[in-house]
Amino acid sequence: MTSTAVEYYLSAFTQQKGKFIAPWFSDQRRAALDSFQQNGFPALRQENWKYTDVRSITKRNFILTEKGNGSVPKNQINSIRFNELDCHELIFINGHFSSKNSRIGNLPDGVILESLVIACDIHPDMLQKHLGNNANYTIGAFTALNTAFLHDGAMVYIPDDTVLEKPICIFYLSTETKHSFITHPRNLLILGRNAQATVIESYIGIENADYFTNSVTEAVIRAGAKLEHYKIQQESEQSYHIGNFMAQQEKDSRLESHSVSLGGKLVRNDITSNLAQPGASVTLNGLYMARHRQHVDNHTLINHLEPHTKSEEYYRGVLDDHARGVFNGKVIVHENAQKTDAQQSNANLLLSDNAEADTKPELEIYADDVKCSHGATVGQLDKQMLFYLRSRAIEEDKARSLLTYAFAEDVINRIKFVPIRKRLEDLVIGRLPDAALIREFAA
Amino acid sequence: MLEIKNLYVRVEGKEILRGLDLKVNAGEVHAIMGPNGSGKSTLANVLAGRSDYEITNGSITYQEKDLTEMSPEIRACEGIFLAFQYPVEIPGVNNIYMLKAALNAIRTYQGKSKLDAIEFLNLVREKLKLVRMKEDLLNRSVNEGFSGGEKKRNEIFQMAVLEPRLAILDETDSGLDIDALKIVAEGVNSLRSRDRAIILVTHYQRLLNYIVPDQVHVLSEGRIVKSGHRELALKLEEKGYEWVKQEADAA
Repeated sequence: MTSTAVEYYLSAFTQQKGKFIAPWFSDQRRAALDSFQQNGFPALRQENWKYTDVRSITKRNFILTEKGNGSVPKNQINSIRFNELDCHELIFINGHFSSKNSRIGNLPDGVILESLVIACDIHPDMLQKHLGNNANYTIGAFTALNTAFLHDGAMVYIPDDTVLEKPICIFYLSTETKHSFITHPRNLLILGRNAQATVIESYIGIENADYFTNSVTEAVIRAGAKLEHYKIQQESEQSYHIGNFMAQQEKDSRLESHSVSLGGKLVRNDITSNLAQPGASVTLNGLYMARHRQHVDNHTLINHLEPHTKSEEYYRGVLDDHARGVFNGKVIVHENAQKTDAQQSNANLLLSDNAEADTKPELEIYADDVKCSHGATVGQLDKQMLFYLRSRAIEEDKARSLLTYAFAEDVINRIKFVPIRKRLEDLVIGRLPDAALIREFAA
Repeated sequence: MLEIKNLYVRVEGKEILRGLDLKVNAGEVHAIMGPNGSGKSTLANVLAGRSDYEITNGSITYQEKDLTEMSPEIRACEGIFLAFQYPVEIPGVNNIYMLKAALNAIRTYQGKSKLDAIEFLNLVREKLKLVRMKEDLLNRSVNEGFSGGEKKRNEIFQMAVLEPRLAILDETDSGLDIDALKIVAEGVNSLRSRDRAIILVTHYQRLLNYIVPDQVHVLSEGRIVKSGHRELALKLEEKGYEWVKQEADAA
């Protein structure tokens, strides 16, 4: 039996059919849609979704947007840019690439940095070769929908032995429109052997914008390559965000992922790293801050498939009011992956009696010579610290803000790239009361 | 300056202070001594305003005001300073910015202008010398990774910068070697003045060799059972606390 929600997407697919880009991709679309039809949306009884109920998404009829829907004043665009950072900028508005607002600078030979729609025209072979290889639509309804409805996004290709000095900033801006809408941003990041790049994905919603972002990013990191990946999620507090990031890592490659989740009503961030060859390493850092009735769920999966692979994971959550945060960090050390080094830690700070944190580290180890550790905590602000600060004439509210910031900053401090760290510091501070005082401390 | 009358305090359901009386005038240094568990630290923490310490009876008057009505931060603004027995480490909160925020909050409350960066730095440098503290400790997180002695010195340094009217030192001498003890004592002595009072909570009389108190009180089972001068401390060192207890029980 097919549910009404599933029906809705099936009929939207039929309606949209003639408008899809990349005819060569239609078989994959069809296969993804079939998989979606077969499996439907995830339910709470599924282990991977036990804390996150997606019915508030599936009961809504989000529509696909046409290009040009939703106007954005110039100053609004400028306010989201990383003005302090010299970078290549790709800006998408309500899911569609805006070439007039984007700024792509000079690129080293062979580097491709385009929107998918444009890349379809000028680099079809390259896209055809890579698109969809690492985003497994059979394991999730949302990745399947993203694949079926794939429309626009960013394509990044860095050839062998090439270092892209300037970071790439990909902005997905969502605005207020007449009808609540859905976008399926799709990013493809390919780093050749010994290539290096920094990619920042930024999801921003204008206040009161009502929409659903269903994004997928697939990355291939070839031998010796290094990808620094940032995801900054500042969707509007009415919006829904489901984001999947999947990385395939070859020999001695390195992925550093920093995920900061601040916005959204219902948010799910999935990160998967396959350490597929010896010497590959991954660092996953994350900060999630939720308030009011926000719900943010972080699922990470690290597959240690080969020997001498390394993973480090450090996530922190700050939950206020009636907010709920979820962390599920799964590490699988496969039989062949001797000498694996896997460390994981998750700490949650509850600022209100009504906030909730669910944390679940999962370690599955099938090899015998490994070094693995994990730790998870849920707690409140330390009473002794609060009293100490108050005894030094710092008002209670300010002391709370300071300690909250100190807790969150511990994640931000792990970002070595100064302009991004500053930007994120500022965003985190902006989320707290007494921002001026904290700014002084953070200076 | 401070008058405590018939104070009863409960901590986690247990009565720790049981009818304590104490009067401290401006310009005086009082030493509170007593065996472990007699309530010395409870008294220090109650004066600073720790909220999980419940006052069930009695009164605390500070500068003609009811101290029990004030939040810890207001007490600090009113000139009370507690040097903690175990200063807590606060990762991510910068030592020097905390002190600057503290000083400016107190100055603002007292109707004085805030210090600018240069004035503050000059003050800090001057006080650092006094406690012979390394400057690099300033830019670390509050007490984080400090040795025991550094933590105590940091407390005295803060006290020197904040210039409280009533300073309470909770076993600041414990765990200090003799050189550190002398430095702490110098810091305290430099603060002695006609309009300032100091309460030294200590287990041993050793500190009193360097900071000579005007009065010595013995706390036992939540009450002050004997008060005297310097000689009382020496006698306690020689004979222990048992005789005071017996005397009190007999009375």
